[in-house]
Amino acid sequence: MRLAATPSQTVGPFFAIGMHTVDIAFEPAGERLTIQGRVLDGDGNGVNDAVIETWQTDSAGRYADRSSRGWGRVVTDASGTFRFSTTKPGRLMGVGDVVHAPHIAVAIFARGLLKHLFTRIYFPDEPSNATDHILALVPDDRRTTLIARPSGPNRFEWNIVLQGKDETAFFEF
Amino acid sequence: MDRQLRTKVAFSGYRRPLAGTQPDYLHPSYVSSRKRAPSKSLIAIPATLTELTGPRFASEEVTTGESDLTRQHGGAPLGERIIVNGQVVDEDGRPVGGTLIEIWQANAAGRYAHESDQHDAPLDPNFSGGGRLITNGDGRYSFTTIKPGAYPWGNHDNAWRPAHIHFSIFGPAFATRLVTQMYFPGDPLLAADPLWNSIADENARSRLVSAFDWETTSPGYALGYCFNIVLRGREQTPMEE
Repeated sequence: MRLAATPSQTVGPFFAIGMHTVDIAFEPAGERLTIQGRVLDGDGNGVNDAVIETWQTDSAGRYADRSSRGWGRVVTDASGTFRFSTTKPGRLMGVGDVVHAPHIAVAIFARGLLKHLFTRIYFPDEPSNATDHILALVPDDRRTTLIARPSGPNRFEWNIVLQGKDETAFFEF
Repeated sequence: MDRQLRTKVAFSGYRRPLAGTQPDYLHPSYVSSRKRAPSKSLIAIPATLTELTGPRFASEEVTTGESDLTRQHGGAPLGERIIVNGQVVDEDGRPVGGTLIEIWQANAAGRYAHESDQHDAPLDPNFSGGGRLITNGDGRYSFTTIKPGAYPWGNHDNAWRPAHIHFSIFGPAFATRLVTQMYFPGDPLLAADPLWNSIADENARSRLVSAFDWETTSPGYALGYCFNIVLRGREQTPMEE
């Protein structure tokens, strides 16, 4: 028996009424980071009604347990800017001793998006990026869209371009 | 000891949707999708632990009162009181218990309690329009609320959204996240709604319409509607080890 999954519909512009925003709650261990960016549409305009959800491991590469939630939700402001602080995720051991580079999984919802989009944030200067088998599936010229750029001590900039020449690489699975 | 060949079922990810049952990103008659839909193909990736795991919410994080949107203020909200209930299951029919559902909606006059809603309809001081709960062990849920009103929007000439309630459901994994909208049976606005029509498959589309339900209807108190939700199911690959 297979039922068909319920179809997706847009969150619309008024999701803040029901979707509470939360900070990513982590144990203090690990390197603290702030990631800031903008969500941009096909004309390069900021998307002022987007909500971004993140999912990541703790600094030791483990998914949520009682001490770390691993999940966060932020919304964009009038200029399409979002910002969140978290602990840098660790390298993750996958099936067959495959090592995944540190990354933050991201889901993007907005008016105009009939389904949410999935992508990932990776970090520069990570040796494990070179062997990460998800990054390897991304064409060379688009890989940079997934890698956050240093913008200060423990600060990174990472934009989400929904459409166009510099479009962020989005995933399906 | 004889070596035995054992068959096991490996959990390798979540199923891709059946054709036509999910909207495309670009649906030109929905004007907001034109500049926001990705123009390049999505990159297919295998599900890793990142996609197979997801946040869990403890029942103590949500109070039982948050599922009754009619009791969040000092007085009773205006409009038709309704009870919306249903069951969350996956594509294999397995109940999804312990998962967070969040809802948000317009008031009975078709206006959201949100600063950027400029529709010239009254706000209701006794209605905020947001609620949440965690499904029980059988995946069942029940909200008490007010039937939302239809409202005009700027998509095209004389555009009106059918009455709807937004639903957000997490499910067991990052891969099962779903945001959708519940509509009401017999709504004449559905046929002209570009969001509803963004789903090609008519059967899939019709599953967004709740059913009027006598069993849920509470005598002398509220009409009942049933809205069941199906999340992505597991891809199961038989393997020999």
